[in-house]
Amino acid sequence: MINEDDKFLITIIGTDKIGIVAKITAVLAECKVNIEDIKQSVMQDFFVMFMLAEKSNSPLSFKEIKDALTKTGQEMSMEIWVQKKQIFDKMHTI
Amino acid sequence: MNFFNEDSILETINMIKMHNLDIRTVTLALSLRDCCDVDIRCVGEKIHEKIIKYAKNLKSYADEIEEEYSIPIVNKRIAVTPVSLIGESCKNPDYVYLAKILDKSADEVGIDFIGGFGALVEKGMTKGDELLINSIPEALAQTNKVCSSINLASSKAGINMNAVNKMSDIVKQTAEKTSAQDGIGAAKLVCFCNAPGDNPFMAGAFHGVGEPECALNIGVSGPGVVRAAVEEMPKTADLGEVANTIKKVAYKITTTGELIGRELSEKLSVPFGVIDLSLAPTPAIGDSVAGIFKAMGLEHAGAHGTTAALAMLNDAVKKGGIMASSYVGGLSGAFIPVSEDAEMIDAASKGHLTFDKLEAMTSVCSVGLDMIAIPGDTPKETIAGIIADEMAIGMINKKTTAVRVIPVPGKTVGQTAVYGGLLGEAPIMPVNTLSSSTFVKRGGRIPAPIHSLNN
Repeated sequence: MINEDDKFLITIIGTDKIGIVAKITAVLAECKVNIEDIKQSVMQDFFVMFMLAEKSNSPLSFKEIKDALTKTGQEMSMEIWVQKKQIFDKMHTI
Repeated sequence: MNFFNEDSILETINMIKMHNLDIRTVTLALSLRDCCDVDIRCVGEKIHEKIIKYAKNLKSYADEIEEEYSIPIVNKRIAVTPVSLIGESCKNPDYVYLAKILDKSADEVGIDFIGGFGALVEKGMTKGDELLINSIPEALAQTNKVCSSINLASSKAGINMNAVNKMSDIVKQTAEKTSAQDGIGAAKLVCFCNAPGDNPFMAGAFHGVGEPECALNIGVSGPGVVRAAVEEMPKTADLGEVANTIKKVAYKITTTGELIGRELSEKLSVPFGVIDLSLAPTPAIGDSVAGIFKAMGLEHAGAHGTTAALAMLNDAVKKGGIMASSYVGGLSGAFIPVSEDAEMIDAASKGHLTFDKLEAMTSVCSVGLDMIAIPGDTPKETIAGIIADEMAIGMINKKTTAVRVIPVPGKTVGQTAVYGGLLGEAPIMPVNTLSSSTFVKRGGRIPAPIHSLNN
């Protein structure tokens, strides 16, 4: 059974370029993190991608996964936010 | 599944990244009542052992959660039972020693501040209270992380003017003993009326006597987020709409704080206490309560209308917070510390914001005269008058009020006291030079007010 605590949201913001999805998903596959949902759009001239990920099968800690994603984000000059999902659930629902 | 609400996600990220939303403090409140002993060394050992036992993981767990949610947890702190109670049974009391033990313990667990080096003396002092109060200047000069607060008045007991006089002298001595750092000792010393026993914010945090063995209290902040939300509104939006916007923002901030608090309390196996939603400014640009007044449409903090704006802000913050959590406590509202708020510093430096206007504002803000630098040669009787006035506002209005003024040694109006970090810097503000001496020296206790005929 999937624990809600294992779900997290990845937000990637920056200028559009080739290979963003490929590189991020490669890191996630390597970390054995499952992608549950993915959405991308262009907002105010910025490329923005949201991914809902789930790490119950990953041998890595949250921090290790986050560090790997942050490093990849920096290499692509993209801003990347990795946050547990509950912060959005709590903040925006009554 | 339709999880992605892009606007909500980006709003959360913006609140953190652009508008300084943070968890200002996670404060572990800890009873030291089982640390009493006849020998002061035994008391010290018990206190040290207990703090290490409960707080050894506070910093590392808080850091972990900060990582998981990408929201800064700025301070990790501890609040303890008023220490006057703990050292009182000793045959050889030495409160400076206990302050050093608190400081050492705080260092060992890697926290920022430890509060509770204080006493509750609104109706009178015991021997232990008096010894602790006398030790404050030395204790704060010899420690870095210890904060002290003394409750001098309440709506039920009145104002203990003997204690007010005593504390005015202690405030001056504390500033003088730390004169090399512009009297920073006094920045860690608060005089209260109606002090809450579950406040997580320093320098006034302590663990009240009616509180449990331990609890985790959370302080969330976010004046920058409120300012940005009000700024986005049209200038013609009426004040009811502005209040509503503030409530919504306060709701969002509070739910985030409660999430973090509950997660950390579970990790620490410590019960969740309260969430204190206080708009606590920092010297960072934009993270300012005075900036909210500007966004509301006042030219600057101090303009006529500032008290009304603050009253509305303070109330809307509480209403939004209450909706978000059943356990809102502590001070909850808006802080107006001068030195810690870039726009307040600016308003005070330009003479827009006077001491008297600040006093009026404290009748509707969540605390009181906070982080105000005054001339070093201000007579102690004048400081006693300042404290008495502020205690009176709290006593009559059944609210918490506090005084944290710093008589900066060797400095006067036109100069600035510099503390750095979250404490910021403060222009020395002029105080009224008329004498309060004969009045305050009468001493005794100003009786508690009548609680009916509320006109």
